Amino acid sequence: MKEIILIKTGEIVLKGLNRRAFEDILIKNIKYRLKDLGEFKIKNAQSTISVEPVGNNIDLDEVSDKIGKIFGITTYSRACVAEKNIENIKLCTIEYLQEALGEAKTFKVNAKRSDKKFPLKSPEICTEVGGYILEKFPHLTVDVHEPDITVTVEVRDFAAYIRGSVIRGAGGLPTSTGGKAAILISGGIDSPVAAWTMAKRGIELIAIHFASPPYTSQRAEEKVVSLLEKVSEYSGKMKMFTVPFTRIQEEIQSKCPEELFTIIMRRFMMVIAEKISKANECSALITGESLGQVASQTIGAIACTDDAANIPVFRPLIGMDKEEIIAISRKIDTFDISIQPYEDCCTVFTPKHPRTRPVLKYVKQAEQLLDCESLIKEAIDNVKITKISY
Amino acid sequence: MEVYLDNSATTCVCKEAADKIYEMMTVKYGNPSSLHSKGLEAEHEVENARKIIADNLGVKSEEIYFTSGGTEANNMALFGASEALKRNGNKIITTAIEHSSVIESASELQKQGYEVIFLQSESNGIISEEKLFNAIDKNTILVSMMAVNNETGAIQPFDKVKSIMKKNNCNGLYHCDAVQAFGKIPVRPTKYGIDIVTISSHKIHGAKGTGAIYLSKSTRIIPRMFGGEQQKKIRPGTEAAPLIAGFGKAVEILPDISNEYKFMQELQSYCIEKISEIDGIHINSPKNNLPYILNFSVEGIRSETMLHYLETLNIYVSSGSACAKGKKSHVLTALGLSQRLIDSAIRVSFSRYNTKSDIDALADGIKSGVSKLVRK
Repeated sequence: MKEIILIKTGEIVLKGLNRRAFEDILIKNIKYRLKDLGEFKIKNAQSTISVEPVGNNIDLDEVSDKIGKIFGITTYSRACVAEKNIENIKLCTIEYLQEALGEAKTFKVNAKRSDKKFPLKSPEICTEVGGYILEKFPHLTVDVHEPDITVTVEVRDFAAYIRGSVIRGAGGLPTSTGGKAAILISGGIDSPVAAWTMAKRGIELIAIHFASPPYTSQRAEEKVVSLLEKVSEYSGKMKMFTVPFTRIQEEIQSKCPEELFTIIMRRFMMVIAEKISKANECSALITGESLGQVASQTIGAIACTDDAANIPVFRPLIGMDKEEIIAISRKIDTFDISIQPYEDCCTVFTPKHPRTRPVLKYVKQAEQLLDCESLIKEAIDNVKITKISY
Repeated sequence: MEVYLDNSATTCVCKEAADKIYEMMTVKYGNPSSLHSKGLEAEHEVENARKIIADNLGVKSEEIYFTSGGTEANNMALFGASEALKRNGNKIITTAIEHSSVIESASELQKQGYEVIFLQSESNGIISEEKLFNAIDKNTILVSMMAVNNETGAIQPFDKVKSIMKKNNCNGLYHCDAVQAFGKIPVRPTKYGIDIVTISSHKIHGAKGTGAIYLSKSTRIIPRMFGGEQQKKIRPGTEAAPLIAGFGKAVEILPDISNEYKFMQELQSYCIEKISEIDGIHINSPKNNLPYILNFSVEGIRSETMLHYLETLNIYVSSGSACAKGKKSHVLTALGLSQRLIDSAIRVSFSRYNTKSDIDALADGIKSGVSKLVRK
């Protein structure tokens, strides 16, 4: 019995004349993600993308797992391919869904006949298949409202497809249809979630991480790599730029007013991130800021930070509570990594009473005390690039 | 040049042990339980190691059981002994400065309903005999106290515990975690009346992954694992023959304890002398501690920052006990040190492969760190 995966795209179908372009990119992404798992025939017809394994040695569980992490897919299901005659469809249904039907108590049958030349109409297919199931599994009863299992039979141009339950996909838009942007990532809970959230809208990512050895450790950097690896299971591979930040922090600490330390540091981050982004074809920055979470994330502090960058800054978590953010981090499996204790131990530098309503004029005055240009140049010249893949 | 000063976390495997392990893996690779001669030759090696370790402790071979390391041995001791003696009483005495494998096991026993007392150390890092005397009573089924503390090197009155127990008419068992003491000071279970002793291979230049528990002939514990007939069913499972044989070799070639102790005292006092020249150094280790360990604080510089700074100079130290991976030290807290000193504590620990020039490098490293790093 041959098994395939059928994929439904959601929002893409609304893209009008651009629909084909979105679909082509999605298919390219699917091909790329599955390339290590074997050879597949991928077809796009009648608003369904079908993924058909070539050869017998392909583990469909693994394929299904990967497809669940590709953005641009609303739902997908595993289905068995049957020859287009009703007797054969009945036999295949029983064989393919044996286990699920054995475990269920109630069921219903759905039929879709897109090949109108098929002799039985949809309700007739339902009756035939449903009757046969009842005959073979006498413990089952029909429930058309809330069945434990819905058996769907689709009769299409070249074959009939039989499937049980539908699996929710990752949603969103296909990666890279939304352009490219840079995530500023520290190693906490928020930034990986922000990265994932924007990747869901079709953004292709690069990552920028600021490291301050010896105040931060090698393990802290490796933690960021592990986080990005998790994100890349959804967003696809990316480059991570590690910016040496010790010098800048030490300079701010020794020359600027203590309470402005964090805000000035963040402005430096924005400037450096903007330069790296533009050199790498990115059109926006992404941060994990959530309004009012810490002193540097008040409306006034964000205004001061924003002023430093001449590039759009996406803050997808701005209106979210910590608990909502944690829920997503658990879903994408980054939470347990984020809470490892090797945080950026920049705590050495954190002021006791950071300014929560910084005034841009004074912040800029304080920055005059630093040789910003050469500090930034030195940092950018010494950036280290790490390739991240899933 | 690499300067490794974290020997209480783990040591390098000595060449003799590494060669033995390699031979066991590639030549004498049989299962010690196999009936054929290939099995027998591996069994001989395991038994030889057992004998070497027993001799070192002055006990009988059949009283030594190999485990996967110190943590497993401590778990066996606490759970196995309390289970075996639960009809005799309900009280367990241990200390607040034990290794986490004892503290966490004891806390778990507390949850199961045992009355567990965690004795606090005095400000010199030592558990006083008086406190032990006051805590131990005839309802006490187990006393578990380490010989040497892993963070400060403070030597505990582990030789006195059994007599205190006897004075209080306590018939319970006495377990001593001697992981940091073994091979460094004489650990003599029969002489001191210790019923159960934990030791580990990788602290004395053997490999990680094996350790041993001594159970005196009269001591009965309930096993924590079930399986084959190995090690009298106390600790079943195919023996890790290569690691065990390496452990035996490492013990066999241990230098004379008193000579090495003198050498360590020299190294330690040289170290204290050198770093005391630096501004803001505070020695946390008590006087007369195990000279293999020195704990100090560099005031104002966080432990981790100094540790990572020294690492850029290829100098490796610890910010507490490595098992805690950055958690706040319960031992230094028990010492009554200020938060500021705890946050900046560094532990260096020596081995026979260290030299005075290593200490010079350390002192230079700290000095340059103090001048460069931002103080809090």
